[in-house]
Amino acid sequence: MTLTASSIGRKVTMALSGIFLVLFLTQHFSINLLSVFSESLFNQVSHFMGNNPIVQFILQPILIFGVLFHFVMGFVLELKNSKSRGVKYANYKGGTNASWMSRNMIYSGIVILSFLGLHFYDFWVPEMNYKYVEVLPLNPDRYFEELVHKFESPVRVGIYALSFVFLSLHLLHGFASSFQSVGINNKYSKALKSFTTAFSLVVPLGFVFIALFHHLTAF
Amino acid sequence: MNLTLKVWRQANSQAKGKMETYKMEEVSPDMSFLEMMDVLNEQLMTQGIEPVAFDHDCREGICGMCSMFINGEAHGPDRLVTTCQLHMRKFKDGDTITIEPFRAEAFPVIKDLTVDRSAFDRVQQAGGFVSVNTSGNTQDANAIPIDKHDADKAFDAATCIGCGACVATCKNASAMLFVSAKVSQYALLPQGKVEATDRVLSMVKQMDEEGFGNCTNTGACEVECPKGISLENIARMNREYLSASLKG
Repeated sequence: MTLTASSIGRKVTMALSGIFLVLFLTQHFSINLLSVFSESLFNQVSHFMGNNPIVQFILQPILIFGVLFHFVMGFVLELKNSKSRGVKYANYKGGTNASWMSRNMIYSGIVILSFLGLHFYDFWVPEMNYKYVEVLPLNPDRYFEELVHKFESPVRVGIYALSFVFLSLHLLHGFASSFQSVGINNKYSKALKSFTTAFSLVVPLGFVFIALFHHLTAF
Repeated sequence: MNLTLKVWRQANSQAKGKMETYKMEEVSPDMSFLEMMDVLNEQLMTQGIEPVAFDHDCREGICGMCSMFINGEAHGPDRLVTTCQLHMRKFKDGDTITIEPFRAEAFPVIKDLTVDRSAFDRVQQAGGFVSVNTSGNTQDANAIPIDKHDADKAFDAATCIGCGACVATCKNASAMLFVSAKVSQYALLPQGKVEATDRVLSMVKQMDEEGFGNCTNTGACEVECPKGISLENIARMNREYLSASLKG
C-alpha cells in the first residue's frame, strides 16, 4: 500500500510537506529581514538565490512541488472529512473542545493560497520573465528597489498583512500538529508547543513588520 | 426544573428524521440524564406518542452504550462522564436542551437516538486482540516483567469503552482515538508486540474502509472522551503505522 492511500499516510505526508514549507518560510524570512538592515547584503543574497543553479533548478522545483502537494492534499483530506458526516448536527459546539485555528485550517489555507497567487504575480512571474523570457542582463543591485516598490501601495501592504495574520493562525495549529502526525508526542512536546507557538507569531508578524517598514520608509 | 427538549426523532434507518420539541416539568436536578429520558418516555406514552429510542445498559459509565449528543457535545456539557453519569443539575431551570444521535457516516442511525456502532466491532476484529494458545500451557501473564510506566499506559489505553464519543465529537468524524487506544493497549505490552505490525496495518485499513474521517489533531476527542484517553495514543499509533509500513 502506498503511503498516500491510507488516512495516516496522508496525514504524515501532509505534516512532512508542512514542515518543509516551514523551513522554507524561515529561510525566506531570514533573507527578507536582511532588507531592513542592509540594502547591499539583501541584494547580494537575493542575487545568489536568484542565480544559483542548485537553488533555481533543484530547490525551486522541489519547493513548488511541496506547495502544490500540501494544498492538493489539504483539499483531498477536507473533501473526505466533509463526506464522513453526511447529516450535520443541529447543535454543534466545536469551540468548547477545540481551537478555532484547528477547526478552520481549510479556510486559513485558502487565504494563504490566494495570497500565494498574488505573491507569484508580484514577484515570481516578473522574476521568471526577467531571467528566462526577456533574458535581461544580470543586475545584482535591482532586488532591494523591486521589493520596496511593491510595498508602496497601502492596499497591497494591507492584503499582505491580512494574509500573514491567516498564516499565523494556520501555523499556530499546523506546526505543532505536524509533530503529532509523525508520531512525536512525549515529554518534550510542551516545550515544542511553546517553540511552535512563538515561531507562528514571530515569523508571520515579522513579515508584516518588514512590509510596514518599507512602506513607511519609502517616502 | 422546567425544561424544553428538542429531540431527534427518526422512525428507522431509511426514514427522514427531524427535531421534535417536548416540554418537561418538575424535573429533579438529582436525576441522571437517562432517568430524565425515562420520565420523558413515560410522559410520551401517556400521551399516546411513541417513546424515544435510546441506547443504554449499565448506567454506571462502564459499557459505553449511552450515546447522546447533548447541547452540541458528546455526552453533554460535563467532562469525563458518559450520558448516564450526567446529571440534570448541570442544566438550569428553563433551559432548552437539544438531544441528537452520534452522527457519522460510519455510525448510521437505527432509530431516534440509537446508532449502529458495529464499525468499531469490525475494527476490533481486524486486529484488536492477542492470539494466545489456550490449550492449558499458556504462560502466566504475571510471569513476564513489564515496566510500570508501560503497564500504566497500556491500562489507561485499555480503559476505552468504545462509546464513540471521539467520532461523534470530531469535526471529521475520525475514529483515531478509539483505534489508537486499542493499538496502544497491545503495542505497549510484550504479549502484543508479536502481532504489532499486522495489527496496526489491519486495524487502520478497516478504520479507513468503514468511512471514518481523517484526524486533523484538533484534540476535541481527548476533551470529550469520558475515559480521558490521551492524544499520545494517536501519536503512538502513527509511529506504529509508519514503522509497520516500512517493514511491509
